[in-house]
Amino acid sequence: MSVRVQAQDFDAGVEINRLRLSRPDTGAMVCFVGQVRDLNEGEHVNTLTLEHYPGMTEAALHNIIAAAKARWNIFDALIIHRVGELKPTDQIVLVAVNGAHRGEAFSACEFIMDFLKTEAPFWKKEQTTHGECWVEAKISDEAARERWHKA
Amino acid sequence: MIKVLYFASLREQLGVSSEEITLSQPEISLSDLVAKLAARGAEWQQLSGNKHVRVAVNQTLVTNDAIIKSGDEVAFFPPVTGG
Repeated sequence: MSVRVQAQDFDAGVEINRLRLSRPDTGAMVCFVGQVRDLNEGEHVNTLTLEHYPGMTEAALHNIIAAAKARWNIFDALIIHRVGELKPTDQIVLVAVNGAHRGEAFSACEFIMDFLKTEAPFWKKEQTTHGECWVEAKISDEAARERWHKA
Repeated sequence: MIKVLYFASLREQLGVSSEEITLSQPEISLSDLVAKLAARGAEWQQLSGNKHVRVAVNQTLVTNDAIIKSGDEVAFFPPVTGG
């Protein structure tokens, strides 16, 4: 498993191919790419600044991948998350999962994103035309995570 | 001595990102530490009884009954918003 927290951009194609080709018995490669939106809550976003807790962030992401691997029959997973100043249309996160079959890879990828959104210590601050403010956590993200406890 | 960290909106409101605090006993409950910090002034009272404040000890999320020992790293932060 691999976790990277970095300021620089990434090439999703290169990263996905590297993971896909790491095992010739990979039959399914599922990925999620998050992008910075130019609009949030009706406000035009000029820049988005991401703060994190170095050390705890990487540990939390490793734990989330380990939980996904314990729950589904997948081969491996990769998480790349950017920090620092980002602009609309910038890539913010990549989650890639490979496995023998699509069903487990799809579930594991979604599980990883749902836990990343609610447990990994990142915080977003938006700079909009009306000033800057910290993004508030969404109840819908908590609900998305909770459904995995019920399933 | 413990290290205390503050992140994101809490760091800005409290005006501090990191500090070292000397414990008068070898260990202290998290609730006692929070009470001690909350006594510093109005801005600091938000650390007490606030369900929107998360606490990690040695980089693991904890609940209010956690015990903090000398050498630990304690972090206070708002709910996370990555991804």
